[in-house]
Amino acid sequence: MFYREAGQFKASYAADQAIFPLRQDQWGVALMLLVALVVFPAFGNEYFFQAILIPVMIFSLAAIGLNILTGYCGQLSLGTGGFMAVGAVACYKLTTGFPELDFIIVLLLSGVITALVGLLFGVPSLRIKGFYLAVATLAAQFFLSWLFNKVAWFQNYTPSGTITMPPRDVFGITITGAEADAMHRYVFCLVFVAVLAMAAKNLVRGPIGRSWMAIRDMDIAAELIGFRPFQTKLLAFSVSSFYVGVAGAMALSLWLGSVETAEAFDINVSFQVLFMIIIGGLGSMLGSFLGAAFIVLTPIMLTNVMVGGLGLQAVTAKHFEFMLFGGLIIFFLIVEPHGMARLWQIIKEKLRMWPFPH
Amino acid sequence: MSAAERTGSDREVMLSVENITLSFGAVRAIRDVSFDILKGEIRAIIGPNGAGKTSMLNVINGFYHPQQGQILFRGAVRRQMRPHEAAAGGIARTFQNVALFKGMTTLDNIMTGRNLKMKSWRTSLLPAMIYYGPTQREEIANREHVERVIDFLEIEAIRKVPVGRLPYGLQKRVELGRALAAEPDLLLLDEPMAGMNLEEKQDMCRFVLDVNDEFGTTIALIEHDMGVVMDLSDRVVVLDHGEKIADGTPDEVKNDQNVIDAYLGVSH
Repeated sequence: MFYREAGQFKASYAADQAIFPLRQDQWGVALMLLVALVVFPAFGNEYFFQAILIPVMIFSLAAIGLNILTGYCGQLSLGTGGFMAVGAVACYKLTTGFPELDFIIVLLLSGVITALVGLLFGVPSLRIKGFYLAVATLAAQFFLSWLFNKVAWFQNYTPSGTITMPPRDVFGITITGAEADAMHRYVFCLVFVAVLAMAAKNLVRGPIGRSWMAIRDMDIAAELIGFRPFQTKLLAFSVSSFYVGVAGAMALSLWLGSVETAEAFDINVSFQVLFMIIIGGLGSMLGSFLGAAFIVLTPIMLTNVMVGGLGLQAVTAKHFEFMLFGGLIIFFLIVEPHGMARLWQIIKEKLRMWPFPH
Repeated sequence: MSAAERTGSDREVMLSVENITLSFGAVRAIRDVSFDILKGEIRAIIGPNGAGKTSMLNVINGFYHPQQGQILFRGAVRRQMRPHEAAAGGIARTFQNVALFKGMTTLDNIMTGRNLKMKSWRTSLLPAMIYYGPTQREEIANREHVERVIDFLEIEAIRKVPVGRLPYGLQKRVELGRALAAEPDLLLLDEPMAGMNLEEKQDMCRFVLDVNDEFGTTIALIEHDMGVVMDLSDRVVVLDHGEKIADGTPDEVKNDQNVIDAYLGVSH
């Protein structure tokens, strides 16, 4: 009875179309941002930032990217890891090639370069759908991995084949490289992801989002009422790749610092991000965050409980994690295909009445 | 206004179909069919199952490309037109099996009907990412129009409901709303009353007549319910096995021997 729209009248279409029309939600989001921006930096430690918060932020962004393509536009992709690698390599080449370039611009440009690559691999979507498209994007994954491994130019001819992010400052604070403070990197991640997530939310609630969902739900009807399927799908591919590419660039520069591209962004990453949006919720921004948090945090929690608490071997915990994820994915696909975001929606609907039965 | 007045000879021809032949491999779906649709009339296309009615609509809005013949829309010859070009030209349609976007709300479904009315630079990628400003103004302006359609079809209560959850009769109504949102000059309705009960049919008939009256929209409809066809339409064209067998006012068609034979069979 406390969580409902009673008494909150919308007097304009603008108010009705707001992202968070409900006052309770507005407070909730404000509170979460306050905790993330003030409480975490004040009390968090290095481990908390590096192992938990930063990866959750970065994978949320990748999940948003894949969700735009798969959840909103209905085009299945298994190339996420490959596109993250493109973003990471683009970021590395841009920072080393143009040392004067501002880091924020580097990140955005990495996204744009990935978007162009994604556009190229989106071309087959005109002809093929579903599983067959998934296989085509899988080819992208393997091809890109191979390319970055094989052509030494992408690693600036370093003998080890790893790419290492040099230190860069934003507003006078060092946020990349070995010296950067974890808290600073976290705050930058948070702000950057929040802004990009907001932009994605704006896209999917507006005309472009409707065109993607129309193609997803009924492509022939969409074409007959005036959408152009090919352009719409290609836009989804490039916007999706932009987000995934920025996530890859952030993974290199703000999280890992130094990676071997083919290894850090392999096919497992593609599957991980896909699981995030399945468990979190296809076609939901909230789901992208929930799914990313779930997939990143569960292994950490399992390791802490099973190895730290119960004294089991680390390998056992790892195996248990595989079993748990497998089981959960089957569970969600059968019971709740719309994922955790849908569960939250059901809770919200129940909360309207609570604690009264009717 | 009586049907005779409405179809007076001075009326402008909105669309004319000339000698259309459409085949799928060896199957001739439509054979040398010609007819015209006058501005502002309600034109029914009837015929037994498999007569080629839906194929005819698909030809008109550019989804199928006929092997022979041509279509004149507002006096201009159209060849090999793509569906989105037909939509941009002012042709909207509904489908035999409801073809709504199931995961979206009623409001969003009807908003998709406005996609061609939105100014494209205002809703292009960067303004849409920022949203506040041009995109929001465009959204609100179009929302106002959509709300008039919602009001007209009396579906205010289901505005925010995902259409997948709606009963069939309401889905048909939402689909009509999506077509109307495009402010079409020519509205193609493919069996708008199929599978409805009597009350739903009456409502739908009222909406069709109101659309025609209030907005002056020209309507071509396919329908199997003869009572509906005879009451609503100004002129009827009858197809059978891909050929035109009759064309005229409902009364003329009703008494045409070819039509009676096609529907009831001929004794040999």
